[in-house]
Amino acid sequence: MDLPHHGYRATKPRARAAPPAGDSVLFDDTSSAPPVMNSQGFYTPGHNMAGPPNDMHGGSAVNNLFTDPMANAAMMYGSSIANQGKDIVNKEISRFMSVNKLKYFFAVDTRYVLKKLMILMFPYTHQDWEVRYHRDTPLTPRQDVNAPDLYIPSMAFITYILLAGMALGIQKRFSPEVLGLCASTALVWIIIEVLIMLLSLYLLTVHSDLSTFDLIAYSGYKYVGMIFTVLCGLLFGSDGYYVALVWSSCALMFFIVRSLKMKILPSISSDSMGMGSNNKPQLRLYITVATAVFQPIIIYWLTSHLVR
Amino acid sequence: MAFTLYTLIQTAILCINAIAVLHEERFLSKMGWGADQGVGGFGDDPGVKAQILNLIRSVRTVMRGGVVVNSGGYRVLQLLGERICDNASWCI
Repeated sequence: MDLPHHGYRATKPRARAAPPAGDSVLFDDTSSAPPVMNSQGFYTPGHNMAGPPNDMHGGSAVNNLFTDPMANAAMMYGSSIANQGKDIVNKEISRFMSVNKLKYFFAVDTRYVLKKLMILMFPYTHQDWEVRYHRDTPLTPRQDVNAPDLYIPSMAFITYILLAGMALGIQKRFSPEVLGLCASTALVWIIIEVLIMLLSLYLLTVHSDLSTFDLIAYSGYKYVGMIFTVLCGLLFGSDGYYVALVWSSCALMFFIVRSLKMKILPSISSDSMGMGSNNKPQLRLYITVATAVFQPIIIYWLTSHLVR
Repeated sequence: MAFTLYTLIQTAILCINAIAVLHEERFLSKMGWGADQGVGGFGDDPGVKAQILNLIRSVRTVMRGGVVVNSGGYRVLQLLGERICDNASWCI
């Protein structure tokens, strides 16, 4: 009598691992593989059947799993709970930031990423810096190479943290807390920069369509320069580090100025009243230039301790 | 200079607190930054000074009941921070 009980108890926690009818993509279906016959009677994962004595009926036990009404009910229950949890998480997240807007920034493909990386490192030959629109909505990064995205900054951020760990390990200064410290330092600098940018854009009443995510994206592009600088510093020593620092600083400054110029500085015929910007267009220019000058300072600050 | 998120929160609380304690009559009016002195322009582009005055006034309005809570909260954060950071040598 304890064999069926054992079977029921064992199938309840496994019910979450076996998806019903294929409509839930959260879990991989590993239960349809033919069960491995173990003569020693170990539990093999994937068909957690009842115990060693039941072992030679392993093949029929899998069929029993699906025809057993109790296990069926348990699977349905588990999958419905998983779906509810997913809905709750989606609802809570969309209260803070709109997920659709975020999806726009991650709609990239390989060709876009490669071209963007090349532009970041060598922006001097790129001709057309306008962000193209399609009936008032900006084009996705897949279709427009000038559109900002959040894929490259987030990947570059993580790569930078890994590289920092590696560089510190080479200098025998590594410990896990330092990795967390490096990550939080870089994150805090991004937050500070985005907040200062937002504050200055608000104070000068620049009516641009730069959203917070755009600013995060433009701030995050400096991580590509940082990775390149650290790599050169590791490979070629101190001289290589300074050469790479100068190169990526110039490239990044050029990139930022050209990209933000379109959005922040007023074009000639933008204002209907003809007043242009009331507050001296030089202030807008100062913002753009200050943002650009801030980049190499941060790059130097965050990477110099990694390359001695 | 190693930042942590805790340092950032601390800085933000202190800055907001500093803006919130600026007194309207004693201080801001004397300096010509009072609430009634900055709202001159009704064009579509208020100047930098008007924006700053708006910002200060809104921070003061939001934090109207919160300055005392803020100072107490900062003290609590400091105590908590000491507890978290006292055995890690890299913490500020």
